[in-house]
Amino acid sequence: MSNIHDKIKAILPEVTIEENGLSMVVVPSEKMPMVASYLSEKESFDSLVALIGNDWGDSLGVVYIIDSTKTNERVILKTSTTDKENPMLYSVVDVWPSADLNEREVYDFFGIRFIGHPDMRRIFLREDWEGYPLRKDYDVSPEANPVPQTNEHNADTTISLQVQPDGSIKEEERVIFAPEDYVVNIGPQHPATHGVMRFRTAIEGETIKKIDPVCGYIHRGVEKLAEGLTYPQTLHFTDRLDYLSAHQNRHALCMCIEEAMGIEVPERAKYIRTIMDELSRIGSHLLLYSTLCMDLGSITAFIYGFRDRDKVLDIFDDTCGGRLIMNYNKIGGVMADIHPEFVAKVKNFIKYMPKGLAEYHALFSGNIIARNRMEGVGVLSKEDAIKYGIFGPTGRASGWANDVRKLEPYGVYDKVDFEQVVMTEGDTYARYMIRLKEIEQSMHIIEQLIDNIPEGDYAVKTKPIIKLPEGNYFKRVEGARGAFGVYIESKGDKTPYRMKFVPQGLNLIGAVDHITRNTKIADLIAIGGSLDYVIPDIDR
Amino acid sequence: MFDFSTITNWIDELLRSCMAPWAVVLVEGLIIGVLLLLVYALIALALIYAERKICAFFQCRYGPNRVGPLGLMQPIADMFKMLIKEIITIKDSDKFLYGLAPFLVIISSMLTFGCMPFGKGLLTLDFNIGVFFIMAVSSIGVLGILLAGWSSNNKFTLIGAMRSGAQMISYELSIGLSILSVVVYAGTMQTSQIIAAQENAWFLFSGHIPMMIAFIIYLIAGTAETNRGPFDLPEAESELTAGYHTEYSGMHFGFYYLAEYLNMFIVSGIASLLFLGGWMPLHIAGWEAFNTVMDYIPSVVWFFMKTAIIMFIIMWFKWTFPRLRIDQLIKFEWKYLLPIGLFNLLLVTLMVVFGWHF
Amino acid sequence: MKHENFKDNEYIEQLVKELREGGTNVVVGVLDDVINWGRSNSLWPLTFATSCCGIEFMSVGAASNDMARFGFEVTRASPRQADFIMVAGTIVHKMAPVLKRLYDQMASPKYVIAVGGCAISGGPFKNSYHVVKGVNEIIPVDVYIPGCPPRPEAMLYGMMQLQRKVKLERFFGGVNKKEKRAEQDK
Repeated sequence: MSNIHDKIKAILPEVTIEENGLSMVVVPSEKMPMVASYLSEKESFDSLVALIGNDWGDSLGVVYIIDSTKTNERVILKTSTTDKENPMLYSVVDVWPSADLNEREVYDFFGIRFIGHPDMRRIFLREDWEGYPLRKDYDVSPEANPVPQTNEHNADTTISLQVQPDGSIKEEERVIFAPEDYVVNIGPQHPATHGVMRFRTAIEGETIKKIDPVCGYIHRGVEKLAEGLTYPQTLHFTDRLDYLSAHQNRHALCMCIEEAMGIEVPERAKYIRTIMDELSRIGSHLLLYSTLCMDLGSITAFIYGFRDRDKVLDIFDDTCGGRLIMNYNKIGGVMADIHPEFVAKVKNFIKYMPKGLAEYHALFSGNIIARNRMEGVGVLSKEDAIKYGIFGPTGRASGWANDVRKLEPYGVYDKVDFEQVVMTEGDTYARYMIRLKEIEQSMHIIEQLIDNIPEGDYAVKTKPIIKLPEGNYFKRVEGARGAFGVYIESKGDKTPYRMKFVPQGLNLIGAVDHITRNTKIADLIAIGGSLDYVIPDIDR
Repeated sequence: MFDFSTITNWIDELLRSCMAPWAVVLVEGLIIGVLLLLVYALIALALIYAERKICAFFQCRYGPNRVGPLGLMQPIADMFKMLIKEIITIKDSDKFLYGLAPFLVIISSMLTFGCMPFGKGLLTLDFNIGVFFIMAVSSIGVLGILLAGWSSNNKFTLIGAMRSGAQMISYELSIGLSILSVVVYAGTMQTSQIIAAQENAWFLFSGHIPMMIAFIIYLIAGTAETNRGPFDLPEAESELTAGYHTEYSGMHFGFYYLAEYLNMFIVSGIASLLFLGGWMPLHIAGWEAFNTVMDYIPSVVWFFMKTAIIMFIIMWFKWTFPRLRIDQLIKFEWKYLLPIGLFNLLLVTLMVVFGWHF
Repeated sequence: MKHENFKDNEYIEQLVKELREGGTNVVVGVLDDVINWGRSNSLWPLTFATSCCGIEFMSVGAASNDMARFGFEVTRASPRQADFIMVAGTIVHKMAPVLKRLYDQMASPKYVIAVGGCAISGGPFKNSYHVVKGVNEIIPVDVYIPGCPPRPEAMLYGMMQLQRKVKLERFFGGVNKKEKRAEQDK
């Protein structure tokens, strides 16, 4: 860690190191392009994990968390500007393309404009929205932004800030869709977008020429809300972000808070959390199977997937009292002990599931039509997966071994034996198959744990009012569809100063245009189904 | 075997004895029209119910079971609802074509429906180019779909209509070729004579391999003609919301909904007419006792039984297979089905010329 | 909950019984009954879901709950052909005009069910700057199904409540109110 800090210092003596929970390299804003290109070219820091905007009162800025896929090192950069009227920072899109939507998000929330970014539009909020909501001085009263009564207007052009040869910065107009493009709106209300995603799709006949994703139809302002709530109160938001990996999300937030407070979670709670994580992974992958089959027109397969998923939900129902949103993890452990029949039910399920999987393969994976629809469609190469920051099963289907459970083991993942499934094809079929294989691995993990849940407390007692020591904290877990990160910046209060949820799906959306170029409309549906994004997780 | 022509002839004579000839034609036309409409509606309702139940059983569900005993009244409730639902007129649409399109679809399927050999002597239209007529009128349907997609002023409907046009015109060729094989084999285009020619053995059996190939081609192409899964691209729920009829509501949509089921019935009916002997009972040459027993089953039952079996197969397709993509669909037709069909036609011709059939 | 502990709530029927004490026209009444029978037993939902509740709504259609039993089978993706809209999930400012438009695109008679805390009042996100505090700010709601998300059983019950409500409508015979028709028209 310090090694890379020294190297950065060597090339740029102005940087300072800020040790505050996480050690950050504070880079002057005008030097950011240079540091970024140095890190990516010379030091192989090629994966942008998170890009977090923040308002520190007197300055606005961004925190970059960057990993190296070769050495698994991590470096955290911080850059800021004190100009609050017209804040501008340099973009890192050309170095890490996954910064594209993330920088648009920062612009949307904080009003920071990025120089060199090709497309500076709002991403979640409407173009006529007043103010930047995550700034500390934002007026949250409903009068400032009433519920709009008029239909939204989307411009076909966008603005890009470019540095001119003479050093000045000029706004340039860029064209998204030319007047002659035949643009079809897929979404926001469309059966195949898995929620309220909207793709403005330029097509020629049936062939897709360009896709402009429009997010924000379920943007609920969770990060702003979290700033006004105490830490235990913020927990329930995580379940509702990516509701299909509710346990994992909440696990991440709990771990982050526990780490900050220095709480050691009882062994029993760790086992229960791990089992629950894997069960929800199975549930989520079953849902992917179901919805992908439905998108491809096979409704019977959809119902079969749901039939088996209901069995997982029943197990949750007994122990947690909820089927989809469980609210089970809490700071220091879990809410309640497992149900007396929990172990027996899980064992039954593990015994049953291989039969279900065999049925899926017979019904869908082996079907000639299904294979023709999926094989070779929407290929994502390993380089592109890293470039666009595609974590999770989707990235692993392209050959990028990025499993957080292996890289940064948490829970009891270091004690169990499981294989990180990696495929190399990178097409829709690989993305589909990897889910079914991960179900097998998840069952393998549960098999090893279910008989060995240690006796003891299921939670440690915590103080009624939880205050986090001042500092920055970041923690990742492997969600069902990618790495889910939680970044907390605390000023020592009982409420977080900034709580950022690093979504699992935003980068997937960023890559949709790249993957679907020159495919058919029907392929977009298949690719979208196999990418497996959950919209509330993207929009937050 | 009971011949229904005794009843129809009796009615005809009764009317002729008390009316002028033109009035007789008028009255008979009216009676037949009303009867056909009635049967049409009844079959559609029965099919909707059957489809839902069968699909439910494929999917480990119960299907409708609350409305009436076993959910039998479900399609009737749907019909009532649909009849009084608002029919929306769309701004900036081509009003005349928009209103005309659903009727074209329903007229096409009604006309074809009239050619169904329901039983011995129960044939409305029987003339020397019967099969040709069926083919001609059933292709009007595609016009209705194209117009619907065009006039709705909606991008999804237009894509759906274009898909439908490409698909139906392509697969019409395969249907035509497999029907042509039967015509070559039977030596006639008249429906009643095609059935009569199958008295001793159904074409599917007497024409062995070439006829089986033709039958399979017909089944595949026929499923594609009805726009049902796995060929349901024109309405592809998950891609084009509802395809060409996205903008239709109320009974206009109801017409499309009915026509889809009736087209399935018609395709199955024609398949049973051409390959399985229409209403002709299963006869095996030489087995006189067996043939007599088979003759006791009424001809209407035979026809509906055969049709039902083929319909079940078509439903089975839908609830098993995923949907094709448009380029795969077209490739499948032009690269595989059509050449095989052409080759098969040659085979049938040789078979007829050299008398290689049973 | 055990089945025998379940107390069904029949207030709609009782209310209408009181209102109809004056008596209705026989022919019109019978026609109304037939139409309402058809309408209530053939309510087709629009596939509309924004978040968590949508997944539970998919569960309602799947094998273990099977809403097809009651005639909710045909979920239509096109608003023109749907009879009611299940607002399943949070509605945010950006989505509000879209939802309104979807509702306007539906052919009457059309009904709305608000599913889950978010659709009813904004739920856990009530204080957010971008969340609509209940869909009834945008479109009229017929049935509310509380929960976060409601269980599939709750959704089925809510949909059956809508059936009941539809059964008591008037198509020919005026309105279900004590006022005279003339006053109603004012």
